[in-house]
Amino acid sequence: MTTAAQRLRLIMSHLALIALAAVVLLPFLSAIRMSFLPADDMFAPEFRLLPGRWVGLENYRRALSASPLLRYLLNGGLVCAAIIICQLLIAVPCAYALAKIRFAGERLVWISVALGIAVPPYALALPLFVMGAYTGLIDTYAALILPWIISPLGILLLRQAFVGVADEILQAARLDGLGELEIMLRIALPMITPAIGALVMISLIAHWNDLLWPSVAIQSSGKATPPFGVMLFQVQEIGSDYGPLLAGTVLIAAPLLLVFILVQRKFLDAFTAINPR
Amino acid sequence: MRKHAALVRRSSFGVLLVGPATIAVLVLIIAPLLLVLGVSVTDWQPGTATFTFTGLQNYQRLLSEADFRAALVNTGLYLAIVVPMTVVLGFASALLVSRVRSAGAIYRLLLFLPTVATLAAMSVAWQTLLSPSVGMLPQMMRAVGLVPQNWLQQSETALPVLALIGVWAEFGFAMLFFLAGLRSIPPELYEAGMLDGIGGTLDSVWHITLPHLRPIFAFVLVFASIHALRAFDTIAVITRGGPENTTLLYLYYIYQEAFALFRTGLAAAATSLLVLLVLVVSLLQMRWSRGRSS
Repeated sequence: MTTAAQRLRLIMSHLALIALAAVVLLPFLSAIRMSFLPADDMFAPEFRLLPGRWVGLENYRRALSASPLLRYLLNGGLVCAAIIICQLLIAVPCAYALAKIRFAGERLVWISVALGIAVPPYALALPLFVMGAYTGLIDTYAALILPWIISPLGILLLRQAFVGVADEILQAARLDGLGELEIMLRIALPMITPAIGALVMISLIAHWNDLLWPSVAIQSSGKATPPFGVMLFQVQEIGSDYGPLLAGTVLIAAPLLLVFILVQRKFLDAFTAINPR
Repeated sequence: MRKHAALVRRSSFGVLLVGPATIAVLVLIIAPLLLVLGVSVTDWQPGTATFTFTGLQNYQRLLSEADFRAALVNTGLYLAIVVPMTVVLGFASALLVSRVRSAGAIYRLLLFLPTVATLAAMSVAWQTLLSPSVGMLPQMMRAVGLVPQNWLQQSETALPVLALIGVWAEFGFAMLFFLAGLRSIPPELYEAGMLDGIGGTLDSVWHITLPHLRPIFAFVLVFASIHALRAFDTIAVITRGGPENTTLLYLYYIYQEAFALFRTGLAAAATSLLVLLVLVVSLLQMRWSRGRSS
């Protein structure tokens, strides 16, 4: 039963959302447009949406030859994969223990997890740099990975998911003679894959996009991750040659956006189902 | 007797499971925290083996630095723009998205894209979009007879424009939290409201939705503030603190002092103040939300 007023309200909502989405997408569209613009169109005084002359992927070719963009992307992938694997190896057992096992010192672990969540990681660049310098790790891949192998928020997220696994199932497995480690890995872990997926995505977004720490920890461009690569690219290699600059920008922003668009439904649904209170 | 033994065995298993995580928190979070607090009350410099305790001297010097004061004022202004706009825009878009039902998923994706996109790269996109010589926005403005400004180079406009980019990058998260909250409101509440004469859209938002979502507003407020303090990428790529220090924000100040000017003591003091502020706000938030749920 839709009345005219309701239908009008729906149309208004759509119009408002379309207008909002258009503004939000403007920088994306502008970057893509400029990445296909030939140099002589760039400074044209009047606005032309489409390039006057089709240069195809010329700007992309020049971006790739001017700067080790693919290397940055590869570095980003390797560093993020290493961070996420370590985070899971450390967080899964801890989260399981906090959810399902009584042990001595539980309170101490909770306090350190809570403190870890409250300390903003971006504030620790200086002391982490000092620690890195004294251990000789600055300008190595290890420096990019090690500080982030612990995710207190991830522990909390996985712990909440493990709490949702029924004790009866674990008890039944125990009666079947399974060891505690097997119960955790083969019974409980497969039941929390949505939470694992959410953690992987959150970490991927956070560390793929991080600019501050790589620009502190890395000095040679061969080890730069994509955001730090953007900075090097913009300052040193391309300058104000806008076509290739924007082509490089698109290449650097695209992989994570594509991954996200592929998995977004699950990720956003999971997130929207969480009640943050 | 046997049951007791199994319980003890499981307890040591538990300690084994939390061991790596606890050690990692100690080494990678608590130790750096103590290190920076320690450095902030000494005259230690990287590379020197000795140091003396200097009490609050670094803090006194920090507060007398013109650059630091500028960073404090700028960060305050930045937060004053970013936080309210993130909350309002996040709430408004969540309300609209929840209203269009099945089509909501596509809008939700589009509005969330900026939050995922690599901000360093998108800073280049924004910079060129707004550029008076090549930018699409100034070109379109000229086409309709308006006079575009060089927003990112003028000291009056650079900070507000960076703040708007900040809102663009942050409001997607606020929208998600509000969407979760909106879903938790039972539809009967609106039906009951209708019987009480609360019929209009704005009426029901004001009398039913807003009171119900008050805890989420508080959460998003804290979340958005802590996130806005993180502003770094746009400044590092677009303005580097200029023009005339007007976009020198807190985190960029620390970065400059620590890694460009090598004034370790000042950077450590500024870091300690920032961590202290965030810790206090987070603890208040945790206590407040726990007080509510119990």
